[in-house]
Amino acid sequence: MSRLQVVSGKGGTGKTTVAAALALALATEGKRTLLVEVEGRQGIAQLFETEALPYEERKIAVAPGGGEVFALAIDPELALLDYLQMFYKLGSAGRALKKLGAIDFATTIAPGLRDVLLTGKACEAVRRKDKTGRFVYDYVVMDAPPTGRITRFLNVNDEVAGLARIGPVHNQAQAVMRVLKSAETAVHLVTLLEEMPVQETADGIAELRAARLPVGRVIVNMVRPRLLDAADLDLVRTVPHPELARSLSAAGLGGPGGGQHAERLVDPLLAQADEYAERYTLEHEQRAVLGELGLPLHELPLLAEGMDLAGLYELATELRKQGMT
Amino acid sequence: MSPEPTPTHYRLAPERVLDVDPLLDDPTTRIVVCCGSGGVGKTTTAAALGLRAAERGRKVVVLTIDPARRLAQSMGIDSLDNTPRRVKGVEGDGELHAMMLDMKRTFDEIVEAHADPDRAAAILGNPFYQSLSAGFAGTQEYMAMEKLGQLRAKDEWDLIVVDTPPSRSALDFLDAPKRLGSFLDGRLIRLLTAPAKLGGRAGMKFLNVGMSMMTGTLGKLLGGQLLKDVQTFVAAMDTTFGGFRTRADATYKLLQAPGTAFLVVAAPERDALREAAYFVERLAAEHMPLAGLVLNRVHGSGADRLSAERALAAAENLEESRIVDQGGGKAGLRNSPDTYGSSAPDDGSPADPEHAAGERTVDQLTAHLLRLHAERMHLIAREQRTCDRFTARHPEVAVAEVAALPGDVHDLAGLRDIGNRLATYRPRPVGGTPEDGGPEGFGPDGHAPEGDAPRDDAAEGDATEGE
Repeated sequence: MSRLQVVSGKGGTGKTTVAAALALALATEGKRTLLVEVEGRQGIAQLFETEALPYEERKIAVAPGGGEVFALAIDPELALLDYLQMFYKLGSAGRALKKLGAIDFATTIAPGLRDVLLTGKACEAVRRKDKTGRFVYDYVVMDAPPTGRITRFLNVNDEVAGLARIGPVHNQAQAVMRVLKSAETAVHLVTLLEEMPVQETADGIAELRAARLPVGRVIVNMVRPRLLDAADLDLVRTVPHPELARSLSAAGLGGPGGGQHAERLVDPLLAQADEYAERYTLEHEQRAVLGELGLPLHELPLLAEGMDLAGLYELATELRKQGMT
Repeated sequence: MSPEPTPTHYRLAPERVLDVDPLLDDPTTRIVVCCGSGGVGKTTTAAALGLRAAERGRKVVVLTIDPARRLAQSMGIDSLDNTPRRVKGVEGDGELHAMMLDMKRTFDEIVEAHADPDRAAAILGNPFYQSLSAGFAGTQEYMAMEKLGQLRAKDEWDLIVVDTPPSRSALDFLDAPKRLGSFLDGRLIRLLTAPAKLGGRAGMKFLNVGMSMMTGTLGKLLGGQLLKDVQTFVAAMDTTFGGFRTRADATYKLLQAPGTAFLVVAAPERDALREAAYFVERLAAEHMPLAGLVLNRVHGSGADRLSAERALAAAENLEESRIVDQGGGKAGLRNSPDTYGSSAPDDGSPADPEHAAGERTVDQLTAHLLRLHAERMHLIAREQRTCDRFTARHPEVAVAEVAALPGDVHDLAGLRDIGNRLATYRPRPVGGTPEDGGPEGFGPDGHAPEGDAPRDDAAEGDATEGE
């Protein structure tokens, strides 16, 4: 099991939720995980219903069996100052740099530096050991940028190493790249059973593979319950409407005659069944596309009550049940 | 009439309706910016609005950033050449042009347009430039705004509809031009360029000690060669088309100008609407004109008077009677959470294995249809709660909803349909699809409890349930 678990996915597929559920699942039974956020959105804090996370590792949840989940929102500016402090003991010069706009430049405009700092910090957490020589975190889970940018984000160290051909930035970039391209890392992609996210997932996997980054698993999120099956859908096409009206009436939904309540439910209910059938066919096609990717596939249910903390634990249990941990 | 639970879809009032046709028809509307978080159908909305405006007679160009392949193909812009192409199949007198942003090409064009050939070649060949232009933080946002400025300056189109990049934060495209502009015009650049201009290290003595320490540090950190690349790059940029900030400011002013309208796009989901709320606040702070919120993928039901609770109770009635009839089936297990996810069979076999196709009775089907309906009503209620939170925070924002479609859009007919749904939206007590009876005929802005409002859809009338 790779110790750095990177979770990406198209916008709107719930990658933050999946990353959080995975961190919980991996922490189960006495393990310690670090959940890392790199896009400054405070999505983790919202998910765990806590106040905004500072640039500091703090415990945000307890997993079943005594495990712990820590979280860290990496702030590139602070990470850079940290880094300068570590290597150069800059102190007040760091503030001077900030005043000049150098920090802003380095973290927002300079090619890739921001991404190097973010991945660098995550890799540092992966490698960090305590005094007894044990890893501080059993796993680090990263809520990463979306599928469209993930390869560039992870691969940026390669580019930076090429651009800065000597110096500490070069060395740092190379060290990070060694972790990211090893079996220590797995990049998972979250998708929905819809055409665009599935297409993006397939494209993303091709890009990751071309960059020789280790692709992990595909997680289909928000899978809707199966309410009508093939036999239902066959019958939907042929059932005489008066019969359906009588059945609705028998269920206690008003009179079956023309214009009566049960009768007036027939058309809208059948229209919903048609929509369901159409979506079902599309989902079936998309599952087939995902099946061809040759990766382990997991499915997480759409939570009827919407996403909350209890739902997160439910998804974590589901991931464990499906052998993702 | 049996008592119904309190309606869960209680819409906050008053709600302002976003009417897109007057906006699109108004000749003074020259730019429409669609913004919002990723995955909410922003690009599709931009394309649908562009098509609608064109078919209402305007000459429109749609600038998309990263369209899904089939959407791009539907508009005939799958070739990525950074110039607007006329879209075929548009009805009426107007014209629709579409283009996909090629960020690197746009950057290169700026350089080529502003520098003499030698300098241009030097910049284009600079490693720092190559990385910057290939899409690091902010470049895409900057180039999208740059392209918008270019298209507007050409004045070839009545209306420009622009999609915004799928950024870390939906706000990035507002910040990036300023940031890049202020960087390129800023003190750091003066500092970095000074040695290069003055001929390398010789120039250092004119700088104070703090500064030389800093360039020294940067040099150590980045490697001397990268620093030199940055210095030459910046010097070349600076002398050839100084005033990046001027350009950034001009774009920014363009966004504030009358004639520009922002549409925030969202889906009825918590995260998307939270981003939308931030966006609304930010636009107000920047004095940028917000036209309204487009809410995509809103679910409705033609039978929305039948609550989830009643539908489930009715389904249970049918299933219980079947158990009695047949000495115990397993129909009650259907829809339990255990049938979700990967454990669900994929081949269409039911969760109820003892009944193969052909054996399905009408009562079984009815029960399943009622459960499907209950799921839909739960979804509608959840979406409504989410939307109400937004409305409570921003009652001033006009809203238009687009009903959810079962599939993706990949042709002009699909875009036209979306534009139509968007333009004909009128609020109703509970979300509904336009085809189930049209927007008219509903009670005063939607707080009619079950059965009280005049309605004209298929599920209304005497409205006495369970007689």
